[in-house]
Amino acid sequence: MCGVCGCGEGHSHSHDHDHEHTHDHDHDHHHDHETGHSHAPGLSPKRMVQIEQDILAKNNRYAAENRHYFSEHGMLVLNLVSSPGSGKTTLLTETIVRLKDELDIVVIEGDQQTARDAERIRATGVAAVQINTGKGCHLDAHRVGHALETLQPKNHSLLFIENVGNLVCPSAFDLGEAHKVVILSVTEGEDKPIKYPDMFHAADLMILNKTDLLPHLDFDCEQCIHYAKQVNPRIKILSLSAKTGEGMDSWLRWLKAELELQRIDYA
Amino acid sequence: MHEMSLCESILQVLEQQAEAQQYSKVKTVWLEIGALSNVEIDALRFSFDVVVQGSIAEHAQLEIIEVPGQAWCMPCSRNVVVQQLYDLCPYCGSHQLQVNSGDQMRIKELEVE
Repeated sequence: MCGVCGCGEGHSHSHDHDHEHTHDHDHDHHHDHETGHSHAPGLSPKRMVQIEQDILAKNNRYAAENRHYFSEHGMLVLNLVSSPGSGKTTLLTETIVRLKDELDIVVIEGDQQTARDAERIRATGVAAVQINTGKGCHLDAHRVGHALETLQPKNHSLLFIENVGNLVCPSAFDLGEAHKVVILSVTEGEDKPIKYPDMFHAADLMILNKTDLLPHLDFDCEQCIHYAKQVNPRIKILSLSAKTGEGMDSWLRWLKAELELQRIDYA
Repeated sequence: MHEMSLCESILQVLEQQAEAQQYSKVKTVWLEIGALSNVEIDALRFSFDVVVQGSIAEHAQLEIIEVPGQAWCMPCSRNVVVQQLYDLCPYCGSHQLQVNSGDQMRIKELEVE
């Protein structure tokens, strides 16, 4: 599936500009080379090259490959994002236990270090691959593509990608998923959506987790939902407790409905 | 850390283009960075200098073209300037805004030799 990977680049589009061109940026740019040399125009070997390339273009190409693969196989792929400790892995294990007899489920786990989360998932009986990002703070589409080679998911399966616990960087890296699902636990403070707006802006669904703890906290659910909608007016929100099971039904229904949508062949 | 991996992506593009465009040294890199792109310019400059050490872009000058955030306000039916993703429309106070510019991170052009 990693068609652009050998692991080399597939497409490099070159614009053959070897002419000198004058550029006329409306910012002021100063060349402040430490060597202090200057070249006379016309004699200089220096030239301008126009690139016009998105910095994330490479990741986006791999993401497009992944998305194509998911669509060919009728898979539902969700990118689960949150801060560390929001209860993502518990939500996943509870979800898998309830759905594994009806659906084919596979999981990709992202963490800086250790395979602990993948082990927790495997204990439920489904296949999981752990990706350790090491220094990195997010999963990228290239690594997800390689994880698929190991997982070999069945057609119409449900793939959960549990991203590194981080509300900043994963928002910018498309993995080819159908939806980003952001998980926020009620122990975190209702203003998270406006403190980390990029992530809540990028997500289609927000899960407000650990609602069983609400009686012990001053968390203002209504205010939290208001903040989330302020950052992203189209975000959908579910409240649940993965621990007690309260509210899990709506989440399971949402998953099944979204998986069903992946079976539709659009023209 | 985020800026560090962006700089690694930038360097990959520079190295990949070096072959296609026949250059061996990058003197200046112009980047277009949107105000809503989640990039911290100071951190980006710092990371860039670290990442390009020993590469074809060592000592290259980084020039940033900042692009303001812009969004389409549905109630007003027009483009408005926004500073952050969760800004309200400066005219009608609505948060039904669709960002249409200012979230880009692009390499515009290079000065090479």
